[in-house]
Amino acid sequence: MSVQTQGTDTAGEPAVRKARIPGPPRGAGRDSGSPSRRGATAPYVLLLPALLATLILLGWPLVKNGMLSFQNLNPRQLIQHLTEWNGVDNYKEVLTGSDFWKVVERSVLFTAVNVVLIMLFGTLIGLLLARLGKKMRLTLLVGLVLAWAMPVIAATTVYQWLFAQRYGVVNWVLDKLGWHSMAAHNWMGTQFSTFSVITLLIVWMSIPFVAINLYAATTTIPRELYEAASLDGAGAWQSFTSVTLPFLRPFLYSTTFLEVIWVFKAFPQVFAMNEGGPDRLTETLPVYAYVEGVGNQHFGVGAAISFLTILVLLVITSYYLRMVLKQEEDEL
Amino acid sequence: MKRSLFGRIWPNATAVVLVVGFVFPVYWMFATAFKPTGDIISENPVWFPTNITFSHFKKAVHADHFWTLVANSVTVTVCSVLFSLLIALFAAFALARMRFRGRRGLVVTFMLAQMAPWEVMIIAIYMIVRDDDMLDSLIPLTVFYTMMVLPLTILTLRGYIAAVPKELEESAMVDGCTRIQAFRKVIFPLLAPGLMATSLFGFITAWNEFPLVLILNKDIEKQTLPLWLSQFQTAFGDDWGATMAASSLFALPILILFIFLQRKAVSGLTDGAVKG
Repeated sequence: MSVQTQGTDTAGEPAVRKARIPGPPRGAGRDSGSPSRRGATAPYVLLLPALLATLILLGWPLVKNGMLSFQNLNPRQLIQHLTEWNGVDNYKEVLTGSDFWKVVERSVLFTAVNVVLIMLFGTLIGLLLARLGKKMRLTLLVGLVLAWAMPVIAATTVYQWLFAQRYGVVNWVLDKLGWHSMAAHNWMGTQFSTFSVITLLIVWMSIPFVAINLYAATTTIPRELYEAASLDGAGAWQSFTSVTLPFLRPFLYSTTFLEVIWVFKAFPQVFAMNEGGPDRLTETLPVYAYVEGVGNQHFGVGAAISFLTILVLLVITSYYLRMVLKQEEDEL
Repeated sequence: MKRSLFGRIWPNATAVVLVVGFVFPVYWMFATAFKPTGDIISENPVWFPTNITFSHFKKAVHADHFWTLVANSVTVTVCSVLFSLLIALFAAFALARMRFRGRRGLVVTFMLAQMAPWEVMIIAIYMIVRDDDMLDSLIPLTVFYTMMVLPLTILTLRGYIAAVPKELEESAMVDGCTRIQAFRKVIFPLLAPGLMATSLFGFITAWNEFPLVLILNKDIEKQTLPLWLSQFQTAFGDDWGATMAASSLFALPILILFIFLQRKAVSGLTDGAVKG
């Protein structure tokens, strides 16, 4: 769900957060024993289509990915439909080469920088929303929603235009601000500046989700808590650290986790911006897997990279994942 | 004391700066799309389009295959949203209202499925689709997009169904409705905002999807708008007017849907449940 997505890309999940943060009375199902016990198979029948779809459409690609990663699969084998097993050769090749580790390092750093920026500014803007007057708040909300709703590829294209070497408005502004060497700067020319543009794009697209939902969460903090804090003589900062922050902690955890996943998996932003260039220096793991596997037609090696990418993602998120699983057990 | 003047000015000043920052790229996209090329490639930016032209939009719309791609995108998106809603409704109802063995495991499964790394599984999917001779077809896209939005649709709908008071359903059943009738007549209407919110999410995901279509569909006639848009600039050189017009056309449906549905989805739920 990149698009986050999330896009999934990054993308619009107001409903999830809405439905999950205030915690709808999920326990409601608890006392519904009598009708369902009569038809003991009913829930399974209702769940069958969803389960089958998940097993076939998600499970099979995962298994297939694992199988491919142990095969010698290049254009020749692909065209002739040959299955040549080669054991752990692909993994050996990937893990002993220096490229892979460089890309892992780059991906982790890239994810860390983006998520820190998103969470920091998202939280600050969310808190700002709570402090603004009604009109100003609405204006800012509309602005955030506009950025949030922009489709990833459209946004990427717009950022290419904003940062275009010639006639790009960013270079013009920098030039006018006295930074004349930037007048014809090629943003896609170096690793650092390409990543800067990608980071700005991702942070811009991702902040609204954090800010708007954080603001929504602050509105559910009971007033009495602040009153009690001020009776105890707490100042603004103290009531923030003793009331606001603890209340928002679960939300901040889960959002950070989601953002880590989304940013780590971000493909269209990185790929469409400059196809991982210059000189393959902005390839993050998903892009690297694509370029090696599909672009250079080393499908087996690409599958091995994909598998390792999933492992890295699991390692990064394992702490939170364990927390979620435990929490779900408690709640049900 | 400190809060009085200073305390009131800085939040508003910050907010103004932020609004400009968040809106500007969107504004610049639309503004560029309406400006004549001379105003786009000028030494000083033209901040407000005064000589409005529609030529860029004409160029984008008359580009080869544009309408085919629109049809493809709409078909794939609408179908996958409908399919996932249909499958998810049953599953969400079971998870929200019934108690049975393995329920917790299923919820966790869908939670994990929601995090599926589709972006890195494209090679496996490519091989599967190729072995079934389904490359350059809209069917695999629809099928996989359905799966991409399914877990979140289930989990979200579960929340919405659970939030509908059980009493409403029970009293309908006391009045002689069967469980299915009670669902159709009582819960389903209350779910409208939830369905809208979830389909909005599904719509965005499917409409935006890029990596899969990039690798599966090489035939331009079978591609979708995101892929076309990502290649548009290459095809048209540095024709930013046409590129921004194409971007605007691509973004507009989502922007409209989002602005309308976002509010409805959020406020609708509480209203509906209380009134019901």
